[in-house]
Amino acid sequence: MPPLPQTVPLSWYLLLSAILFGLGVAGFLFRKNIITVFMSIELMLNAVNLSFIAFSYQFRQVDGHIFAFFVMVVAAAEAAVGLGIILTVFKNRATLQIDEISTLKN
Amino acid sequence: MPASFPDLYFPVLLQVVIAFAVATGLVAMAFLVGKRVRGKVKEMPYECGIPPTGSARERFSVKFYLVAMVFILFDIEAIFLYPWAVVYRELKLFAFVEMFVFIALILAGFFYIWKKGVLNWSREEPEVVTERRYPDAV
Amino acid sequence: MSLYYTASDHFVLLPAILLALFGCAVLLFDLTALGSPRQRLWLPGLALSGLGFTAVALLRQHMLVAAQGVEISAFRGAMAVDRFALAFNWIFLVAAVLVVLFSYRHLRREGGPDHAGEYLGLVLLAHCGMFFLATSLDLVTLFIGLELMAVCFYVLVGFARDRRSSEAAIKYLLLGAFSSAFLLYGFSLLYGLAGSTRLKDIADAVANQGPGDPVVLLAVVTSAAGALFKVAAVPFHAWAPDAYEGAPTPVTAYLAVGSTAASFAFLARLFVTPLADAREIWDPLLAVIAVATLTIGNLAAVTQSNVKRLLAYSSIGHAGYVLLGLVAGNNTGLNGVAVYLLTYAPMTAGAFLIVAAMRRTARPAAAPLEAVTAAPVAASPRGRSGATVMEAQPELSSPRLEERASADDAVAATAEPAEDVDDFNGLMHRRPGYAIWMLIFLMSLAGIPPTAGFLGKYYIFLSLIEAGRYVLAVIATLYVAVALYYYFRIVRAMFAGEPDPPVGVAENWGTKVALTAAGVLTVGIGLYPEPFLRLVQIAGMR
Repeated sequence: MPPLPQTVPLSWYLLLSAILFGLGVAGFLFRKNIITVFMSIELMLNAVNLSFIAFSYQFRQVDGHIFAFFVMVVAAAEAAVGLGIILTVFKNRATLQIDEISTLKN
Repeated sequence: MPASFPDLYFPVLLQVVIAFAVATGLVAMAFLVGKRVRGKVKEMPYECGIPPTGSARERFSVKFYLVAMVFILFDIEAIFLYPWAVVYRELKLFAFVEMFVFIALILAGFFYIWKKGVLNWSREEPEVVTERRYPDAV
Repeated sequence: MSLYYTASDHFVLLPAILLALFGCAVLLFDLTALGSPRQRLWLPGLALSGLGFTAVALLRQHMLVAAQGVEISAFRGAMAVDRFALAFNWIFLVAAVLVVLFSYRHLRREGGPDHAGEYLGLVLLAHCGMFFLATSLDLVTLFIGLELMAVCFYVLVGFARDRRSSEAAIKYLLLGAFSSAFLLYGFSLLYGLAGSTRLKDIADAVANQGPGDPVVLLAVVTSAAGALFKVAAVPFHAWAPDAYEGAPTPVTAYLAVGSTAASFAFLARLFVTPLADAREIWDPLLAVIAVATLTIGNLAAVTQSNVKRLLAYSSIGHAGYVLLGLVAGNNTGLNGVAVYLLTYAPMTAGAFLIVAAMRRTARPAAAPLEAVTAAPVAASPRGRSGATVMEAQPELSSPRLEERASADDAVAATAEPAEDVDDFNGLMHRRPGYAIWMLIFLMSLAGIPPTAGFLGKYYIFLSLIEAGRYVLAVIATLYVAVALYYYFRIVRAMFAGEPDPPVGVAENWGTKVALTAAGVLTVGIGLYPEPFLRLVQIAGMR
């Protein structure tokens, strides 16, 4: 196989992916609005996609690309179900602040 | 052939710089050369030439949300056509049959939302029952 | 065409195809038959026949695997039916059948959409996801299976759409998606290590890198976090009590049994094959998590007043025992995991289903309630065995049945669910049958010998002793005593409590069959374990 044209090294992509993932985690932990929290999760999934694609390019395979496709589809399904559930929550309580949704507790 | 990636990506950097320069230049030109007119009518938000009414932060009908959601779901399925198209010639009949199975499953989903009335735009509210409780449990 | 989809591929995949097909069929049939109650009675029948066909497909796989003694590989090693997959698939099937049977009453009501098709369709599709979790040997299919199951459960948990249910669903969804993202991050690193998504290749790559490699460490920790979340192990258990309490109770049963078993299958697949060579990383980690899970689960259960929440915490405790089986890591331990989950399925489902059937009632006098709940049962002309045929008949024309159906519905629809420990007060005086079934389930959950629950605990303890992990064995034994205490609280309420306020039971044909099946399995596995042990023997079999 011919060598890959030298481009941005793999480690940079992985670093970017890790940073995006970390931002997603921070958003999930610190944001209070459910929609924003949900967007943070999507950010984490996209970070994972980036690292899949970077590895896949490095290995010159399609496996990682296909995995990224599946992640996207699953993320869309989760988003649809999530928005549906968020709508039910909103209809029941008229709020989307995580702190205020706490009927169930010990 | 460029050997290292700074060489390879130098044109990109150049393009970014030029783009910024052109944009800044145009804005600056307008700022320096253009004539400014101030007035009550001029400052008003533009809304197709009619006076704006109400607040911009209104709630949309839930129909929009349903349509958006259905769009996301069906739109994203299209990405599976790409890898399929790439290997189609190689797999021949198998790929053909497989795509029929895939489309059939999508159509089952389509049939479901159709029967549920999500596509029925003119009805008052799509069939979303809120007060119904699962009788066995709650 | 045969090149890409061989006969053995089809043979392995057939249960999943059937489940998906029947799941969609139930979903769409509900829409076409909407508005005619008689036709809608066929919905659970359709779902059950789907499960029946799946059982036949699994049986054929089982017979072939048992006859040849080797696994059947498919899709170039992406999936394989081996004893491990079969053992778990039987457990999922038990869970799904019990839940569909029990939910039968839910489908009997008329007028207004009750989303029966969606409910049953989601149950079947979740089962399909579980099948992939037990049968896959590839990261992609494992992930798809996990998410298929999880997304179905997000919807099912929020199915009631009221305050509690929607709250439970949103918490489960957010934390579930969060953990999936961690799992995927781990998967991407494993893919980066191996250059392949096959578990076999990943095992080789991990062995080459050695356990000290930081990337291996990060991959193990992140994918373990994602997988442990799904089994509600301790640092990641926060969703479980809320989801269990807020979900409709039959869904809680399915979640506790099916989802947990599938997630353990996933965890075992992940840790036993590809990460085996990183054992020195995850062994102490898993041991600590198992002990923490036992501790938090059992201690938190002591103070709960809501039975669903109590059982949720006790489920966390049970997950701790199963994790100990993985920690022991020997053949006895792996068999113990399967035996524990097999015995766990009927007893947990049974306990939750009894809670699901119980209703508080606002009626002032006890006498009319007695008439409502007990009399029609006594007067019922049907035997258990003949019930299937009768139910399918146009039964609403018979005045007696109509009366009975409306009486059931009156209890089910008007009365509040009875979910507190106090609600079980005096159940023995009021409905001795239910009290005795509940006693059996609780004894089994506590691990008292003549019941099935003892068997699972026995295997786990044995494996720990064989592996020389005496401290863990002692700790595990201690928590059996704690568990006895909180299960006994319910027993005391049932047998010694005063029957006030009166408790009703919303029952029908499906409830009784499901409970009887769960009870018979619980007692049967305890009294005559050999065939069941052979069914789920996954390791050390020649």
